[in-house]
Amino acid sequence: MSKISSVNEFVIKFANVNGSGSASANQMFAKGIFRSGIPVSPKNIFPSNIQGLPTWFEIRASEKGYLGRKAGIDFMVAMNPQSYAQDVAEINPGGYLLYDSSWKREFHRDDINIVEVPLTSLCVDEFSNPKTRLLFKNLVYVGALAYLMNIDKEVFVNLINEQFTGKEKLIAPNVKALEMGFNYAESNLSDVCDIKVKVSNLTDGMILTNGNNAGGLGCVYGGATVCAWYPITPSTSLAESYKKYCDQFRIDEVTGKNNFAFVQAEDELASIGMAIGANWNGARAFTATSGPGISLMTEFIGLAYFAEIPVVIFNIQRGGPSTGMPTRTQQSDILSCAYASHGDTKHVMLIPSDPKECFEFAADAFDVSDRLQTPVFVLSDLDIGMNDWTCPEFEWDDKREFDRGKVLSKDELDSMDSWGRYLDVDGDGIPYRTLPGTHPEKGAYFTRGSSHDEYAKYIEDGEANARNLTRIQKKFNGATKFLPKPVLKQETNASSIGLIYFGSTEAAMQESLDQLSASGHPIDAMRIRAFPFDLEIWNFINEHESIFLVEQNRDAQMKTLLIAEGKINPRKILSVLCFDGAPITAKFITDSIIDTLASDQLLLTAEDLK
Amino acid sequence: MTYIVKPINSHPNLERNHLGLTRRDYEGTISTLCAGCGHDSVSAAIIEACYDLSLSSDQIAKLSGIGCSSKSPSYFLNQAHGFNSVHGRMPSVATGANLGNQDLMYLGVSGDGDTAAIGIGQFMHAARRQLNITYILENNGTYGLTKGQFSATNDQGSKSKYGEENLLAPIDLPAMAIQLGAGFVARSFSGDKDQLVPLLKAAMKFKGFALIDIISPCVTFNNHTGSTKSYDHIREHNKSVSSLDFVPIGQEIKADYAEGKKMDVPLHDGAKITLEKLTSEYNPLDKGEAIQRLNEAEKTGTVLTGLLYINPEVKDHAEILNISDTPLNKISDENLCPGADKLKNINSSLS
Repeated sequence: MSKISSVNEFVIKFANVNGSGSASANQMFAKGIFRSGIPVSPKNIFPSNIQGLPTWFEIRASEKGYLGRKAGIDFMVAMNPQSYAQDVAEINPGGYLLYDSSWKREFHRDDINIVEVPLTSLCVDEFSNPKTRLLFKNLVYVGALAYLMNIDKEVFVNLINEQFTGKEKLIAPNVKALEMGFNYAESNLSDVCDIKVKVSNLTDGMILTNGNNAGGLGCVYGGATVCAWYPITPSTSLAESYKKYCDQFRIDEVTGKNNFAFVQAEDELASIGMAIGANWNGARAFTATSGPGISLMTEFIGLAYFAEIPVVIFNIQRGGPSTGMPTRTQQSDILSCAYASHGDTKHVMLIPSDPKECFEFAADAFDVSDRLQTPVFVLSDLDIGMNDWTCPEFEWDDKREFDRGKVLSKDELDSMDSWGRYLDVDGDGIPYRTLPGTHPEKGAYFTRGSSHDEYAKYIEDGEANARNLTRIQKKFNGATKFLPKPVLKQETNASSIGLIYFGSTEAAMQESLDQLSASGHPIDAMRIRAFPFDLEIWNFINEHESIFLVEQNRDAQMKTLLIAEGKINPRKILSVLCFDGAPITAKFITDSIIDTLASDQLLLTAEDLK
Repeated sequence: MTYIVKPINSHPNLERNHLGLTRRDYEGTISTLCAGCGHDSVSAAIIEACYDLSLSSDQIAKLSGIGCSSKSPSYFLNQAHGFNSVHGRMPSVATGANLGNQDLMYLGVSGDGDTAAIGIGQFMHAARRQLNITYILENNGTYGLTKGQFSATNDQGSKSKYGEENLLAPIDLPAMAIQLGAGFVARSFSGDKDQLVPLLKAAMKFKGFALIDIISPCVTFNNHTGSTKSYDHIREHNKSVSSLDFVPIGQEIKADYAEGKKMDVPLHDGAKITLEKLTSEYNPLDKGEAIQRLNEAEKTGTVLTGLLYINPEVKDHAEILNISDTPLNKISDENLCPGADKLKNINSSLS
């Protein structure tokens, strides 16, 4: 029997029953590898269900730092008889299958290594409470894996201690369960597994966290005081993260009162309405939602756009359309956000690619929104939002000040002869605004979504309305200087072929580029981080004969947006589209590109290239 | 839309309030509503109430949704910031505005279309949250701007201008607000300034959700024979449960009510409402009774007006959320951003 033999490069998958308490044990196992110094990318593949349906947890460990999802499993921990057939089929030849051998089974594959651990029997012998028995099974397999993969047991003992701080009496039985698994493997399963973890320092200066945790924290650092939201997967944990960090940092020590407001609204319409109302008063406010929520919010988004009220909207994208796949990932709200609402509307979008950028872009979004007096989307997705990523530590410069944009103070109003809310004084299309309660006689105006002139007066004069729309467009076109620049994977271009990608695709990209290089196709790559598009993006497109555009949606939405916004030849852009709801893999990208390169699709005519 | 600019000259001997302001200082632009519209009487009552209370307009925010009623905030308090939001969604915008700065006074102006149909969800949840707002509902039973469709407060059997009969039962917004826990619920009539102005003053001073459902006839689409929201019909069927005086802090009680019928209700800031109960058994502190009386009135086709329900003990939304006394839009940057040192601790907790 062949055995996969590997050090610090493998994929392990856990197949569990939803609601059996497996997620925290699996997360602990991922953290144990991270603590051993190996970059990991755990991915929770869960159903839209609370209890009973199959759920999976994949962990890729890679000392090369390849953290995209990878198809083919090296080690399967099969805890769910319901999904045995599917789970066993996924294992690579020479891979391993660990199962609960309290009930012996045949798996009908002679090319994999079966690892038997009688998890239930061990727990039944040791623990009396039925619920405890069920929960501790998970810790038992973590202990067994620690032995099998040569991970220091103390790493997990420490993690258990950290996890149960405040509930100390749970520490001993959890450690007991861990040791039961470890000891069983030591006595019965020596020399079984050739996949090993070797201690390294590759995670020094790194953290393991998810984008929603980071985004909520970024809102606290960005000065947000109001979070109005409505529960929707996969965005809920962003709002909850904001609350968690506010409870740590935003409760006044003297008065015990909150320097924040956290409101679970009755629906998404109310949540965006509240965020707009608070921002109208100069309190930084945001909402967090996903695709269906954006659909509900679009009327209000148009109001904020036209009345020029800042508001920050997090869209943690999930599989659409309609209810779609709430617990799977996609990048399929590019167009619904970029052009959200009726009439001529366009919106600023920040597109993070990992939790660190979720933190940074969350904080930045409030500055950009206040500066431009317009809605700003932070377009994340389920993969970044809900899965833990190995990423660089968060950074903050204490010298940084909030940019609250053009807000007139009482003194400024006193020194002015006249003021028009929508007057383009500085030539950048950005007008000056006033906040209610600033001045007893000056600066009051009527905010409205109906057509208005430079002085915020209701008008039905078409020319004045066109003038206003043109000014707002000017403001939008000047937005790029406040937005993150695109990121290039190489310092200078080395190929006539370019590749553009964005968001969570980052995880798979370096591996794919390395695979392409190795197969004789070095390709230049650029990551888009914001809309409206930076000049550098247009230059990159112009500098290459063909551009592969990698997206996690069916309709090539980013391509559509590029074509709509720039003077580029649509035929020059070749789409690589993954929309099965699972995070895109390097193999998918590489294979799609090599297939295309091998075909004649790249052969543009002289007419095309004009 | 009017192109007439309202003249700003006023008589030098006009009466002035404690701030030295005249009623003219509380006015807005010229109304573009139909001549005789009940909503204009409501605007006049709002001006009168703000003048009487010597309020600074700049400390007031007036918010509305969409419809004839929602246009009216332009016609009073020129020095107050206004926000004409989207149809039926004023409550959420007002909730957010209040979270951002609870020191301002919020006047929400809505209509029966804006509140009872498209916006009923937001209305209900704002009442449930005890949003600190004076919610002025200009109720004419019809959609005026879109030319006379029935609204959800229109009475069953009431006839449209075109003779069509309304087949559906009305939604009683005050009864609903009482059920949902609103702290102050009143009903009045745009044509009864003597009742409406003190109610508005009391509502403005009430800290919590204060609804005044004001029957405000639509002269163009709902003022004919057969309509139950016409001037004539309301004058004939109006039955007042209470007459009240709003008494600011430290002032003498002006009204002279007979003993036994008088009732004082203290408000959060020490001011009080002095109420004359016109029907001796009516107790506006009793939620169950208020709802029962509204139900009975509906059966007999009576329009019950006055202060229907008050709970002076309620906590408003900001208080429920334990929000800092310093408005959130005035918290210093140092108190907002935890800084780099704290971030180091977070980083270590995640590694």
